Amino acid sequence: MPGQSAVRFLLGNQSREIADISPTMTVLEYLRQIERMTGTKEGCAEGDCGACTVAIAECKDGSLDYKACNACIMFVPFLHGKQLITVEHLKNHKSGRLHPAQQLMVDQHGSQCGFCTPGFVMSLFAMYHNRCDTSRTAIDDALAGNLCRCTGYAPIVRAAKQLLHMPVDDEFSANEQSTLIALSQLHAPERGNEQPDNASLHLQHTGGSYHAPQTLPELGRILQENPASCIVAGATDVGLWVTKERRELRALVYTGAVKKMRQITITDRAIEIGAAATVAEAMETLSEYYPSLEELFRRYGSVQVRNLATIGGNVANGSPIGDSLPALVALNAELKISRANASRTVSAEDFFIDYGQQDIAPGEFLERIDIPLPVAGQEFRIYKVSKRFHQDISAVCGAYSVVQDSGALHTVRVCYGGMAAIPRRASRCEQVLAGAGLTDDSIEQAKLALREDFAPISDFRGSAEYRTVVAGNLLERFANDLTGKQIPSVWEVQYA
Amino acid sequence: MLDRKKDTLTPAIVHQPIAHDSAARHVSGDAVYIDDIPEPRELLHIWTALSPHAAATITAMDTEAVMHQPGVVAVVDANSVPGHNDCSPTIGDDPVFAEGRVHFAGQVLFAAAAESELQARLACRAAAIEYEIEQPILTIEQALAQESYVLPSSTISRGDPEQAIEDSPHQIEGTIRCGGQDHFYLEGQAAMAVPQEGGDMVVYSSTQHPSEVQMLVAKVLDRPLNSITVEVRRMGGAFGGKETQAAQWACIAAIVADKTDRPAKLRLDRDIDMLATGKRHDFLFNYRVGFGHDGRISGLAVEMASRCGYSADLSMPINDRALLHIDNAYYLDNVTATTKLCRTNTVSNTAFRGFGGPQGMFCIERIMDEIACHLQKDPLAVRRRNYYGKRTRNIAPYGMKITDFILHELTQELVESSDYRTRRQRIRRMNKSDSTILRGISLTPVKFGISFTMTHLNQASALVHVYTDGSIHLNHGGTEMGQGLFIKVAQVVADEFSVPLERVKITETNTSRVPNTSATAASSGSDVNGMAAKAAARTIKNRLAEVAARSFGVNPREVLFHKESVIAGRSQVSFQELVGMAHRARVPLSATGHYKTPKINWDRQNMTGHPFYYFGYGAAVSEVALDCLTGEYRMTRIDILHDAGQSLNPAVDLGQIEGGFVQGAGWLTSEELWWDDRGALRTHAPSTYKIPASGDVPEAFNVEIWQRGRNVEKTIYRSKAIGEPPLMLCISVFSAISDAISSVSDYRQLPVIDAPATPERVLMAIESMRLRGA
Repeated sequence: MPGQSAVRFLLGNQSREIADISPTMTVLEYLRQIERMTGTKEGCAEGDCGACTVAIAECKDGSLDYKACNACIMFVPFLHGKQLITVEHLKNHKSGRLHPAQQLMVDQHGSQCGFCTPGFVMSLFAMYHNRCDTSRTAIDDALAGNLCRCTGYAPIVRAAKQLLHMPVDDEFSANEQSTLIALSQLHAPERGNEQPDNASLHLQHTGGSYHAPQTLPELGRILQENPASCIVAGATDVGLWVTKERRELRALVYTGAVKKMRQITITDRAIEIGAAATVAEAMETLSEYYPSLEELFRRYGSVQVRNLATIGGNVANGSPIGDSLPALVALNAELKISRANASRTVSAEDFFIDYGQQDIAPGEFLERIDIPLPVAGQEFRIYKVSKRFHQDISAVCGAYSVVQDSGALHTVRVCYGGMAAIPRRASRCEQVLAGAGLTDDSIEQAKLALREDFAPISDFRGSAEYRTVVAGNLLERFANDLTGKQIPSVWEVQYA
Repeated sequence: MLDRKKDTLTPAIVHQPIAHDSAARHVSGDAVYIDDIPEPRELLHIWTALSPHAAATITAMDTEAVMHQPGVVAVVDANSVPGHNDCSPTIGDDPVFAEGRVHFAGQVLFAAAAESELQARLACRAAAIEYEIEQPILTIEQALAQESYVLPSSTISRGDPEQAIEDSPHQIEGTIRCGGQDHFYLEGQAAMAVPQEGGDMVVYSSTQHPSEVQMLVAKVLDRPLNSITVEVRRMGGAFGGKETQAAQWACIAAIVADKTDRPAKLRLDRDIDMLATGKRHDFLFNYRVGFGHDGRISGLAVEMASRCGYSADLSMPINDRALLHIDNAYYLDNVTATTKLCRTNTVSNTAFRGFGGPQGMFCIERIMDEIACHLQKDPLAVRRRNYYGKRTRNIAPYGMKITDFILHELTQELVESSDYRTRRQRIRRMNKSDSTILRGISLTPVKFGISFTMTHLNQASALVHVYTDGSIHLNHGGTEMGQGLFIKVAQVVADEFSVPLERVKITETNTSRVPNTSATAASSGSDVNGMAAKAAARTIKNRLAEVAARSFGVNPREVLFHKESVIAGRSQVSFQELVGMAHRARVPLSATGHYKTPKINWDRQNMTGHPFYYFGYGAAVSEVALDCLTGEYRMTRIDILHDAGQSLNPAVDLGQIEGGFVQGAGWLTSEELWWDDRGALRTHAPSTYKIPASGDVPEAFNVEIWQRGRNVEKTIYRSKAIGEPPLMLCISVFSAISDAISSVSDYRQLPVIDAPATPERVLMAIESMRLRGA
């Protein structure tokens, strides 16, 4: 196949070209086992603790864009064309001086046992380059993917605050141009490659094959030829199949290099989200049209997860507790499912058939998610409930969309996650609301109807009873919100 | 001898807020943990296979096929152990590998060693194992019903509690539970064994207790202790979870290394770590209390049943410590408290920061809240009413006189600095308004006993070398798990010689340099190792002083060590010069030091004595806001005042206070261990087990070291132990949540809620309170 046959990336300032590698080897395994760089730690191997945080830099609109990522669930081929920066790269090469992100952690006593520290340092490094806001909320959001068991976070937050007040001036910003040049050279054609424009990556290894096509037709063709392939975008879920279950994935097809699938487009009727657009890329646009999504996305994984995870992956995996799914169903999103030379559409609602069963066949792939633009009078709210505010999986997630028209409600769509084997609409509840509007009485009726709509299970995220009660109470919250009762969020109240 | 007066110069380095000695290495990724040690040639990687069943007889275990998997070099099980198949720290009931039966889901069956970790991991799947599954005992209630215990009960009693309760104007009976807690150290358990000539073994182990690892490796290999060396430079967190729980993995690595004559490494991944290693004990408390109109307790009877898991481990001293902290800060005239050490088919629970103390305190603090609610008083008034007295009411239930009780003063300071009264009134007003947000506030105190209850453990040794260039090499038996022990001890040694800190080389803990050590535990690290190192340094310093005295014709008492130089009468030499002089005079420049904690004794038979050298004190005010539609909540403000004595290192101590509090808050709020009905732990990774994140800690987090702190006992520079006591400040969070929920009943009732107070438990408590009120 035309394209490149080795993963080419920068490790710090050094270029690497690796052909002989299992496509499911994680970046963390690569660093620790192949490069023998042990500064980056494994704390959980599931992208939840952040001890393995590294920064990935790539060219975006002519300058470098830095992203904190979890090395433990990121496959090595994802590095193709990018710069991998680890904690070992941060010290100034000439003077040996610590990077400000490191020095402030020392000054503020931000490390105790030190095991989570490299991960925090890398998150701070990315925050510094991204000019993260200096508010406590923004810092907490940005550090939510890094767990520390020793410090109680206070000194780390102090270090972050000071760092974010400093101008961005380090070796990385000083060398930006040379790094950009080095990155562009990674895409230079391989010797003997007949098609210099094609930067698609194709790996063959005893551990399995890996294809990263750049165009939709190419993607369709590869999947047609290898229908049993595992499609992967951010691998924040698939990565765990490997690290946790050691599933053998013989053929991976990566959608993240298909430029069209990363696009986010606003048409006159919908927000069209390419299935490979990351959550981080999509969240701003979506929150602009549906502001209630903003808090949901702050609670969706962590920065590291959102930098890799995609809405498309969330949909395609069809988890009953996927955070975006209740929203997509309630907003009546349409999914564009494609295969070589053909496409079809299916509503998000119909896509989820049963637990682990989605309306997608081998050879097909999810190309795009179309979320209708809000219409006049439409109100949308989504509420997530979990044990911890940040980076937790919902016990219950409720999404509500109605159109208000002089007191009456129509186009009522209520969808819950965590209440059934799939994200599912609450049809009886919807009927009650559609008929009666939002009165105390109708909410009580709708709550009762919910008990008929769902029979949730009990597990470690919540008992059936809790889920049922919360589902009803969220409906009450929705009514409160719409009827203009000014109720502060528990996440925002100040002390008395 | 040195002049005592001159020797008490103000210390220059001790009491300073100096950064952790490894801080610069932590932040640059240069700090080496076990899994980071450059791998020796021929290294084997080990993976363990765990039982999926909680209680079963193994009818057949065929690992032949495992041996034939790619890369596999050895498979080891109970039959492969050259010595005793046991890694128990106490009574010999912890098999390294299951033998015939499995006692909990997660128990190690066998281990495979291969050229790579992945090969070893995949190979384990090839085993064919058959079980006869039995009915497990999983909960405290089941164990109590079946009288299943790991060890006999203990009781502390004084006076006539039954009569006192009966005679009291008010009585309350209650039940409450607190959950267990996973340590969730970021670095999982890890060990690497490297065979040496003559059958000796060097073991690198992430352990708080190198001497015990040495002992247990010797036991499984059937070797004398002098053939086993254990070393640890640092741990990536431990919190008690690497006191006894590190040994099994070191033993397995050693067994593989011994069998194959190749180095072998065993590093647990997060899931295996959480499934196979012990946690904090969960407790069920049943209590009856009698009290007066003023809230003062006249009689208390408590039964405290804990889930110990399948074996004894440290459950006896942990339960003892729970008993010894049922009083917390309160004088109990008539009291009886009994432990029940429940044997269950779950992982064997173990040491965790506080070691039973937090659980005992949790119970009495709940009782304080109940009394206050019953009498419609401010819980703080009830607490203070029950505080130990200074001259009277100052004997603990176990007979020890409390002579250092400072909570009256400390509480008053905190009440003022936290604006407790105004905020409490404001909260009560706000809760009356029609809102879905409820607020609560609480102040709870901590009095925590310092010393191992097992008296002989309260000792430490150190070994100090001074080299001819004046550089100093510091060794002691304490281990570094992030708590800042190494820097504190180095500060002590640097000041002892009056040299800059940079002259003191901090080294790894190694059993061949300092032998027969106690675990770095019970908050004792800096107390005992600081003293031992000081004694070693003092020995060398005395010798140096004599050299100087002889050379310059003064009395040794007149020799003064000051700012890197030594002044003897009118002469002055640099420290380095004097060291050279001493060496040329054939004076040894190496010395050991030893320390044993004075004053302590403990009669366990009668549960009486003087088990603690002194007490650590503190208090916290927590304010919370909760959402009564979902039960979700947030800490909105925390104020802490904690006594560190005269802190050896205020920066380190502040870190212990802040970190201990947040860790404790996790225990009582979001950290939930959830077993399914077959006894499998289902929350065994951070995706399902939620420790606090940055966003859970409020911006208003006001933590102060008590400025008036000074240890009444002659501890190292009058400092106080700081590792464990601050954890228990977290009880104020749970109490504040109760207070918030209580507002639903207009404070007429206290909610029925167990810990951890997850959003689910909070919401259910609100709902049931509403039903009761309706």
